[in-house]
Amino acid sequence: MSHSTVPRSGTEADTTATTPVASDGATGARRARPPGEPSLRHRLRRDRVLLLMTLPAVVLVLLFNYIPILGNVVAFQDYDPYVSDNGIVSMLHSPWVGLENFQRIFEDSAFWGAVRNTLVLFVLQLVLYFPVPIALALLINSVVRPRVRAISQAVLYLPHFFSWVLVIAVFQQLFGGAGLLSQLLRQHGYDGLDVMTDPATFKFLVTAQSVWKDAGWGIIVFLAALASVSPDLYEAAAMDGAGRWRRMWHVTLPALRPVIALLLVLRVGDALTVGFEQILLQRDAVGPGAAEVLDTFVWWNGVRNQDFGYAAAAGLVKGVVSLGLVLAANKVAHLMGEQGVYRK
Amino acid sequence: MTATTGRPASAAVPASGDEPGHGPGHGSGRGSGLGAGRGPAHRPGRWAAPPRPVWEEEPSRAGLAGKGLVLALACLGILFPLWIVLVTSLSSRKTIDQAGGLVMVPKGITFVAYRELLGGGQVTRAAVISVLITLVGTLFSMAVSVLCAYGLSRTGSLGHRWILMTLLATMFFSAGLIPTYLLVQSLGLTDTYLALILPSAISVFNILVLRGFFMGISPELIDSARIDGAGDLRILWQIVMPLSRAVLAVITLFYAVGYWSAWFNASLYLNDQDMMPLQNVMIQLVQKQEAPVGLGQAIKTGELSGLAVQMAVMVLALLPVAVLSPFVQKHFRKGMLTGAVKG
Repeated sequence: MSHSTVPRSGTEADTTATTPVASDGATGARRARPPGEPSLRHRLRRDRVLLLMTLPAVVLVLLFNYIPILGNVVAFQDYDPYVSDNGIVSMLHSPWVGLENFQRIFEDSAFWGAVRNTLVLFVLQLVLYFPVPIALALLINSVVRPRVRAISQAVLYLPHFFSWVLVIAVFQQLFGGAGLLSQLLRQHGYDGLDVMTDPATFKFLVTAQSVWKDAGWGIIVFLAALASVSPDLYEAAAMDGAGRWRRMWHVTLPALRPVIALLLVLRVGDALTVGFEQILLQRDAVGPGAAEVLDTFVWWNGVRNQDFGYAAAAGLVKGVVSLGLVLAANKVAHLMGEQGVYRK
Repeated sequence: MTATTGRPASAAVPASGDEPGHGPGHGSGRGSGLGAGRGPAHRPGRWAAPPRPVWEEEPSRAGLAGKGLVLALACLGILFPLWIVLVTSLSSRKTIDQAGGLVMVPKGITFVAYRELLGGGQVTRAAVISVLITLVGTLFSMAVSVLCAYGLSRTGSLGHRWILMTLLATMFFSAGLIPTYLLVQSLGLTDTYLALILPSAISVFNILVLRGFFMGISPELIDSARIDGAGDLRILWQIVMPLSRAVLAVITLFYAVGYWSAWFNASLYLNDQDMMPLQNVMIQLVQKQEAPVGLGQAIKTGELSGLAVQMAVMVLALLPVAVLSPFVQKHFRKGMLTGAVKG
């Protein structure tokens, strides 16, 4: 309350640039442009503080999100990182090779292995991970006691804020060769079991880690959607004789549909990104055969093998396909009458 | 006026109030007249269920038990591993050897692992580095994000649409690892802590959430401040920010957790092992099972359990997050839901 009181002193101690308001009379002009539009010069003067405020963020985005796009030219070069200490200078002096890098990629069985692993992981996560937050949200939503709700939410949200390093360390202590599971097995006369280094089950392990870390956090969106359902709908359904389950089927689930569709669209658009940090941390233990995905393939060839042109080409392929996927997924969502990530 | 352009999750869901109504208010008059003579006779306990609306069936015992069981198992699945980590980190070498490894039941608590780790050396340094990076980085990220969100919060201001689109578009593509790496290296940021802060300093999503919240603040309030002669910076500092405490807390937590958890950029841009933050040291000590520099001898000669040391490092890494995030919890939903992009 006390914070919202408007400072009434006339002096402008801390700001220098904003006085044009006085000439506006009322500031309604700033919200919706009236038909008699002020001149560009006037608007520039009026909004210069706002523009200056956005400047640091815009500079950072241009520098680290847009300018690096140009760096993708190394995908068409035989980039030599040792020409100079400066990447840009090296770029200018490296020979052009046209599409040679791409040709090499498409003939590289390691690349296709990474594509396969990525897609398998995507499908596994879609089937085994995606429904978990929905089910948990329905469960929590049906719990009436406020304390139970608050506490279980606090616990379920927690792992979302853990780093991947920590999550994998926790799994290692439980399921690794020296972990709790092996320890118990050995104490009861069985052989120990090292799930953390087994290529055969690695993809399930990765999915389990994702569920442990993020499924609880995923509840939040669904809970919000559930909270916005009017209780009147439930009451009306109950009056019409619908029991618990029919109310869930005919009232609750339809209320979740737009959110589910939206998250599916997002997930499909992001299909080629299946947990870079998480998998990179375990790549050495399991071996690239089972653990190499597209992102780690780029990392391995570029950062480790210093084959920058080749890695950038693989990254570019992934980026372009991903962009196509996002746009296509949105299109499908729109066709289905859902909202998608952006509106037409 | 609200041409919803973009960001997910939030857009679909109205930012309605808190917990869903299982009929709050229904029967709220209960007990008012009944036990009047006997003082506060039957006050529902903190764990009790609120009254149900009349049309809702009483839950079956089996249903309640089943729900409770599933929920308890889910929570246990998260808390039990953390419990083991914590208990083992506090156990003596003897207890750990007796248990044959991880300890489930605490038996005599000792802080020897923490004392060794925090008494100077590799882990102490890494923890200090992580704390500093998190503090500086979060402050920087918040300053840039809040300024930008406020700068974009007035529809119809000059260039507002263009800037918004420039930011939004970055959610659809990424320049790629290799070009970003080459850029950071060309800027001369390698082997400096700036490389851990600048490239990932802002999240467009966070800016949009802040902006959505700022736009929801009553325009009359801001206009009257302006008429009284307050400039934009002052309005932001004295009116908008105090009114946005909840969302500021959430976004601060998001940024802080991001900095605290980051390890990849350090592994990419830092070569000096002495500069590594805590997460990277944790990779070495826990995942690769190396002994901490300087403590190898103590572990070999048996004063200190290597396992307890590993666990203690993990506890150090999870402690700040586990302590801070519950405080912000009640605001999470608000933070997640105001992200709808308006005009």
